[in-house]
Amino acid sequence: MDVAFAWLTRSFAFLVFSILAAILVSLVIGSQLTLEKYGFSFLWTAEWNPVTEEFGALVPIFGTVVTSLIAMLIGVPVSFGIALFLTELSPNWLKRPLGTAIELLAAIPSIIYGMWGLFVFAPLFQTHIQPFLIGTLGHIPFFGALFAGPPLGIGMFTAGIVLSIMVIPFIAAVMRDVFELVPPLLKESAYGLGATTWEVVWRVVLPYTKVGVIGGIMLGLGRALGETMAVTFVIGNAHRLATSLMAPGNSIASSLANEFTEAVGDVYFSALIELGLILFLITTVVLALSKLLLMKLARGEGSQT
Amino acid sequence: MFKSELAAKALGLAAAAVFSISAHAADITGAGASFPYPIYAKWADAYKKVTGNGMNYQSIGSGGGIKQITARTVDFGASDAPMSGDALEKNGLVQFPAIMGGVVPVYNLKGVKPGEIRLTGALVAEIYLHKVKTWNDPAIAKLNPGVKLPAQAISVVHRSDGSGTTFLFTDYLSKVSPEWKSAIGTGTAVKWPTGVGGKGNEGVANYVGRIDGAIGYVEYAYAKQNKLSHALMTNRDGQVVAPSDESFKAAAAGADWASVPGMGVILTDQPGKASWPITGASFILMHKVQQKPEVAREVLKFFDWSFQNGAKMADELDYVPMPDAVVNQIRAVWKSQIRDASGKPVY
Repeated sequence: MDVAFAWLTRSFAFLVFSILAAILVSLVIGSQLTLEKYGFSFLWTAEWNPVTEEFGALVPIFGTVVTSLIAMLIGVPVSFGIALFLTELSPNWLKRPLGTAIELLAAIPSIIYGMWGLFVFAPLFQTHIQPFLIGTLGHIPFFGALFAGPPLGIGMFTAGIVLSIMVIPFIAAVMRDVFELVPPLLKESAYGLGATTWEVVWRVVLPYTKVGVIGGIMLGLGRALGETMAVTFVIGNAHRLATSLMAPGNSIASSLANEFTEAVGDVYFSALIELGLILFLITTVVLALSKLLLMKLARGEGSQT
Repeated sequence: MFKSELAAKALGLAAAAVFSISAHAADITGAGASFPYPIYAKWADAYKKVTGNGMNYQSIGSGGGIKQITARTVDFGASDAPMSGDALEKNGLVQFPAIMGGVVPVYNLKGVKPGEIRLTGALVAEIYLHKVKTWNDPAIAKLNPGVKLPAQAISVVHRSDGSGTTFLFTDYLSKVSPEWKSAIGTGTAVKWPTGVGGKGNEGVANYVGRIDGAIGYVEYAYAKQNKLSHALMTNRDGQVVAPSDESFKAAAAGADWASVPGMGVILTDQPGKASWPITGASFILMHKVQQKPEVAREVLKFFDWSFQNGAKMADELDYVPMPDAVVNQIRAVWKSQIRDASGKPVY
């Protein structure tokens, strides 16, 4: 009986492996045409012309990375603040409703975020925030180029902000859960030694929970990289490389969502599949890096004590 | 196209799920272009009420429609852009038009009323090529004496998803502008030199509605139902025309459907004083040799019934039904080209 059970669970676990491998293989087979035609130059070619069937992935890769980066820059500090407040500072009666609210935020389908972004946030951003950003930050030499251009309301920056709101509940929920796992004894000892709340969080809670925290951030990053509908609505969907964050761009996932249905030519189809392959690899690399980081942290821990 | 292509697609999927449960022998399935989905769905609904036979159409896009009919997973495919004679021959397919519609340029300019702006195809091409950049450009002013044009940048809006609407629009621009033809070309998706991309007609309409000084192009039904400011166009005969059922029909009337293999006439830039220049048909694809002739017969019966009874429904949804003369030509194609395995005509 035990043996059968062990085999059953093992087969479930290996099912994940085989599915991953199958996805990889079918993506490689599907993108064979463009893999052979362009090789690695596909990665840094900015051309995307369905008429002449010339394709390159630079613009969508750039858009994906930039929007996710913006999302993490905004999302991580905010999530950290939320988790910190919920576990250390919030009065008890507020913990439950706030926690539930964050979990509800995570349950909203991404298309709702997209529609909210397009119909509510983008007009507000266009009329109130964007002219201000362009007028102030846009005049700083070099750095200002990031904020130049007409206020369209949609673009990579808008997409990044909408993404940040989408990743916050994921990161915040994980952070809160792991912060709660810190043994009260540890924290109380620190407080007993006269540490401030900030010192307790920075010196005791964070070191104790860093694996979980980084895990939560990676979970958020994974969602940001692969998010499709919400980004499609607000990124502007233009296959052009822009220096300004205000300009319309494109991401891998939204290119796929937009163009897959009507991609008639074989090369076009193959180029889209290769985009999928690239997204798959980017996500894998991100996860691998996070694991490496964690391993390094664990080793550093050993040397300190 | 329709209020929400997305909602339509979702409905299509839901319908597909429901239909597959209740499917019986006489149900037929089709897949493809999203532009004609609302009218096919409406026809199917009415047809089911009359005959009891269902038609299940999945609006998965023209590319998907062609793939599925080639693989014989559906009884008919649908495409907005006609397949070439060679491609039809190679895959053993028959093609016929089923419904028509028009594409209209829309704009958002403060102080300028709907229908007040007149454009030519060449000028629209210049705008989309980012050569004409402001609304008070002399080229626009010359066509629109008396209209107060603001000194405002033109924000170009195009489709981000591949679409039949884009195909008609770029095909027209290629016909009237040699520069567009050599630099950009015709396609369901092209390399836009400027502008932002909206997903679906509703996406384009939303951007045009929100960005001051924007210009875009949408399906006529969509422009009408959302009361967007449409532009007037100068047609091939040099006449200024407004988009309407009449001007679309006028464009279709002069067409020589027999001149192109598979009746694959693209109705852009048609001659005729009243012709709207950006008009087009959506096409149905079927196999020439039918392994299941009884199913093919049901498909043809459905379209036959729709041609006879569906004109009013098409009008209601701001589509243009095929003229009777063309329908007769289509029936002749059915008779002569669609056969069962033994070579007997199916229809």
